[in-house]
Amino acid sequence: MADELTPDELLDKIDYGTDSGNWLDTTKSVQIRPGMYCYAAKAESVETLGLPNARSWNPTEEDWKLPDNWQQIIHDGIKERLEKFRTFKIFMDVCVRCGACADKCHFFLGTGDPKNMPVLRAELLRSIYRNDFTTAGKILQKIPGGQRLGGNRPLTLDVLKEMWYYFFQCTECRRCSVFCPYGIDTAEITIMARELFNLLGLNIDWIATPVSNCYTTGNHLGIQPHAFKDMLEFFVEDIEDITGVDCTPQFQKKGADILFVTPSGDVFADPGTYTCQGYLILFKYLKDKYGLDVTWSTYASEGGNFGFFTSHETMKRLNAKMYYEAKRLGVKWILGGECGHMWRVIHQYMDTMNGPADFLEVPVNPITGTKFHNAASTKMVHITEFTADLIKHGKLELDKSRNANRIMTFHDSCNPARGMGLLDEPRYVINNVCDNFYEMPPNTIRENTFCCGSGAGLNAGENMELRMAGALPRATALKHVHEKYGVNTLGTICAIDRAALSTLCEYWVPEVEVAGIHELVGNALILPGEKERTEDLRMEPLPGCEEEE
Amino acid sequence: MTQKYLIPLTAVFLLFLVAYAGAGAGLGWFFGIVFPYLAVIAFLVGFVIKVMGWARSAVPFRIPTTCGQQKSLPWIKQNRIDNPDTASGVFIRMLLEIFLFRSLFRNTKAAFNRNASNRITYSWEIFLWVAALAFHYAFLVVLLRHFRFFTSPVPSCVQFLEALDGIVQLGLPGLFLSGVVLPAAVLFLLARRLFDQKVRYISQGSDFFPLFLILGIAVTGIFMRYFTKVDIVAIKEMTMGLVTLSPTIPDGVANLFYAHLFLVSILFAYFPASKLMHLGGVFLSPTRNMANNTRAKRHVNPWNYDVPIHTYEQYEDHFRDKMIEAGLPVEKKE
Ligand code: SF4
Ligand code: SF4
Repeated sequence: MADELTPDELLDKIDYGTDSGNWLDTTKSVQIRPGMYCYAAKAESVETLGLPNARSWNPTEEDWKLPDNWQQIIHDGIKERLEKFRTFKIFMDVCVRCGACADKCHFFLGTGDPKNMPVLRAELLRSIYRNDFTTAGKILQKIPGGQRLGGNRPLTLDVLKEMWYYFFQCTECRRCSVFCPYGIDTAEITIMARELFNLLGLNIDWIATPVSNCYTTGNHLGIQPHAFKDMLEFFVEDIEDITGVDCTPQFQKKGADILFVTPSGDVFADPGTYTCQGYLILFKYLKDKYGLDVTWSTYASEGGNFGFFTSHETMKRLNAKMYYEAKRLGVKWILGGECGHMWRVIHQYMDTMNGPADFLEVPVNPITGTKFHNAASTKMVHITEFTADLIKHGKLELDKSRNANRIMTFHDSCNPARGMGLLDEPRYVINNVCDNFYEMPPNTIRENTFCCGSGAGLNAGENMELRMAGALPRATALKHVHEKYGVNTLGTICAIDRAALSTLCEYWVPEVEVAGIHELVGNALILPGEKERTEDLRMEPLPGCEEEE
Repeated sequence: MTQKYLIPLTAVFLLFLVAYAGAGAGLGWFFGIVFPYLAVIAFLVGFVIKVMGWARSAVPFRIPTTCGQQKSLPWIKQNRIDNPDTASGVFIRMLLEIFLFRSLFRNTKAAFNRNASNRITYSWEIFLWVAALAFHYAFLVVLLRHFRFFTSPVPSCVQFLEALDGIVQLGLPGLFLSGVVLPAAVLFLLARRLFDQKVRYISQGSDFFPLFLILGIAVTGIFMRYFTKVDIVAIKEMTMGLVTLSPTIPDGVANLFYAHLFLVSILFAYFPASKLMHLGGVFLSPTRNMANNTRAKRHVNPWNYDVPIHTYEQYEDHFRDKMIEAGLPVEKKE
């Protein structure tokens, strides 16, 4: 991050007093600035998916190479979505601009840019809606100065660019929605806006390329089947070094009890890889002790769904693989790994889009007999629900002391927190595998949790200034518990978080490390026949083993 | 910026003058009969069209914003109200939202101090909630109190409400609490729009207009009640005429009353086309009025359609050799 701003420079820029200009004017904001935007989608990725207007273009250039009838395309796109989504229609109409959401967005708090207030982000699109779709707007258009009164404006190229800039500065985290008296969810508006951009081929590459990889290869990184297997086997070797036990997983095993799907980030990038090792250890334990048969799949090797950041249709296309594969393999139900938006898709969309999953059984944990009633239709259980249930029934032998060096806090990932309400399960698991756990301040956890600043496909390298600014509210809360309690580990149940928060910590709170919850489980779990462990999954000495040799 | 509030302010003032002068010039029947009827029709038709328009749009996915612990394992305590999984939980959530503005109650204010600790701090921000509640309830009371102009005999509940509202007896005629609270709340909301930089930046002319309009209505009403004693009997005769659909224009109705009535009519007519429709929208917001049970119960999307997917067969065809070499199971051996 040498060429980027230092933390001090970034902090100097923050000012919540907004300027007095009129936001309907675009000139100032359409300066799409390096560090604050992501590169344009590569033409071939857009093509693979068969999405419209694949071409090479550059956001900072004057000419975006739009089709001639681009205004018509957007107009028709809005019209179609108003009918298909009641959320969209209502949210366009009922905002009273009370400002309750204004200072709830991490991007506003980290940049002070008034157009990053959720209400204003939405107003960018609403101004077009009012102009083209409401009677008042149509009348005001004709009166000189009328547009200023109603806040409507015609869709010009500058307006389009401005919308693009700011809708790719929203991580769809829904924090604003919690405070809105009408439940207006700016994330939902961002989803619609991004669908509209996709009609013009205006996606960003950090989304489009993972989506196209995921579509063809099965996962975001385009890891081919043999390589995927190699990577897990690599972890198996490490685990064997540490524990003396062989945890080799199964792939595409027909008739297994459970299909396990996790984000490919867990297979690819540290520190997610340690979480992945944790899964392998847990499954080995359950296999040896209780005969539970879990399989992985190289075809459905991605839980994360960047289609969610593209369009509802693309989301559905990527998500379909999980059911397709579960059916082909004849498993009983599906277990999902630690991932944020993957779980929002599974929880709120999967059954509706790609169900009914009547070829699967209502999930029952065969070891404890617990029936997961809350997953009766989707047939998919979150791994912290599953592990919490095992712990509660005393089915896991855990040695907490192996995590004694970890002074923990927990980052609620936006999607599980505000899209499903998965709050206590991970905390229960943490408390059972670690001794030291401290919460961050109440305004920054649970449903009030702050985004990592890199969600919704924004965790690229080129928009680092935006990411670090957006990460500030999370970072200051973390810094607080670090200073107060000596917290040195930030636990989380999201693969993007594991990558994004690591960068955040490096930048804002370098003394803190990031860990997935199942990494801690993997450390604490006593595998049958294991040798005396001296190292944790990071191959660092366990507490008390530091001086050996 | 100034035009954002000066134009609406001027507009309300002009509307007032038009009615006041017009009534003086013998156009009482227009401001007293024609326009009120038109306004009520515009309100009802507009309201219904708008709500039906929303209702016609599909709710493809169940996407409540969850503000508490989900229902999961039996020993984990669910937050039944903020994260309801049943219709009754949703009902309570909506009641709290509609009658107590629960989400607004959560409001916080963020501040950032550029100093050694560089901390963002959050403090509970209750004033918007207080003012919004005060405004809406005072308005409701005022509205209900006015039923004594539209009913004969006046129902006892309206009389009771009036008694309650006037419980603080100060001078004659008795002072209504709502008559104090309503303008005060409106003034607070106005001040916020003018002096809170963030809110000022997001405010439109269409945010100031209803505030000025309501203020105008309140001021004219208060004036008639406490200062220029108007002929209540004549006014009641006229309003009763309106509701019984046999409109008359009795003598002695003050011009100020016509202006008051005109502003009210404008408010009614303006309502459905404006942000005031949040009155209807709050009931229909899909992030609040749905149960969080999508994994437990199937929810159907009325426009769900098939999409192209990359099937396992295509995948295996593509990677078969590599899969065989790596020892991964395949369906077809070559
Ligand atoms: S809180 Fe809701 S109503 Fe208020 S400004 Fe934000 S989106 Fe609009
Ligand atoms: S969803 Fe999150 S990122 Fe988007 S506007 Fe709301 S608070 Fe900001």
